Amino acid sequence: MLKYLADSLVYTLIGVQPGTMLGEALDFFFYDTMKVFLLLVVIIFVVAVIRSFFPPERSRKLLGNRREYVGNFLAALLGIVTPFCSCSAVPMFIGFVESGLPLGVTFSFLISSPTVNEVAMIMLWGLFGWKIALIYVSTGVIIAFFSGILIGKLKLEHLVEDYVYRMRMGETAMAAPTWTERFAYARDYTKDIIGRVWLFVLVGIGLGAWIHGYVPMDFVLKYAGPGNPFAVFVAVLIGIPLYSNAAGTIPIVQALVEKGLPMGTALAFMMSIVAISTPEMIILRKVIKPKLIAIFAGIVSVAIIIVGYLFNAIL
Amino acid sequence: MKGECKMKIEILGMGCSNCNKLYKNVLEAVKQSGKEIQVQKVEDIQKIMTYGVLSTPALAIDGTVKVAGKVPRVEQIMEWIK
Repeated sequence: MLKYLADSLVYTLIGVQPGTMLGEALDFFFYDTMKVFLLLVVIIFVVAVIRSFFPPERSRKLLGNRREYVGNFLAALLGIVTPFCSCSAVPMFIGFVESGLPLGVTFSFLISSPTVNEVAMIMLWGLFGWKIALIYVSTGVIIAFFSGILIGKLKLEHLVEDYVYRMRMGETAMAAPTWTERFAYARDYTKDIIGRVWLFVLVGIGLGAWIHGYVPMDFVLKYAGPGNPFAVFVAVLIGIPLYSNAAGTIPIVQALVEKGLPMGTALAFMMSIVAISTPEMIILRKVIKPKLIAIFAGIVSVAIIIVGYLFNAIL
Repeated sequence: MKGECKMKIEILGMGCSNCNKLYKNVLEAVKQSGKEIQVQKVEDIQKIMTYGVLSTPALAIDGTVKVAGKVPRVEQIMEWIK
């Protein structure tokens, strides 16, 4: 249906000849824009309603002082559904550590929360299909699980700022929100997210459409194809400083995949964008020492690189 | 007597952009209600944690946490201080 809308808009209304480069690019642009925005609005809303059931205070209770492995897995899953904003990273970290949760389990949560990003998931779903979106989500959980276990095994508790261990949390009994409040929250949340990403999405889809129509087929294959052993590594390095622009980058990546970029490289690139964010690192500095921040970023980067090569080998 | 029953609203948050948004909404709600209410920002993390919240910004009225992790609308705040 959307395809028909895009076709009639470009070829009938604007009157571009089908089969031309401009026509292809325009058609691609309108089709993807409609599809992505429709998905964004519907799914962010649904995700927000689900999240209203998992405030961090509740996740903390659910995790309790669970030990390694089971704790890491549960933390990685809760990281997906608990609403996360880097401004809450400090109180969340303190709250988890204060309740006796091992450091590694806390990190599984801190890694999965930004890594499994709903906007990235939706964009992948819309542009690559549900299988790739599912692979992305499960990979995020797996990376959070193992990185957390590794951080736990390294015994880095002394790299947490001392005052964190001296904190005592109070109790609060917030009233559970009504359905009206959940929907109001979901509506505001959706508006907020769309308001923040729409421009990136449009520019990204525009650039993607341009690549789709104008860049020659074997262009990417020559530089970042399966023949280049360093491609995943370089892709992750480029992705790290691109924080928060997942929405804009995914359409570009999709166009590049069409031109021969291997899927593993593409996924690794994307994950490095969302998983490692400078603002979050700076905020976490308030509770952990720089060395632990470096270890945390290093482990996650290496995990993403491994996953990239793995997917290039099997996908 | 007036001084004793004065309501107190605390905004818990370490100064992120949403905390400032919440602060503005609270001031607006207080203004519209016409009541005399004490509004105070709590930015010290140790103090914030004693309220038992993990997500900021949060809002407490007379020491009771009403909301955490989101910015309530002016009308919502008006309901609470009515």
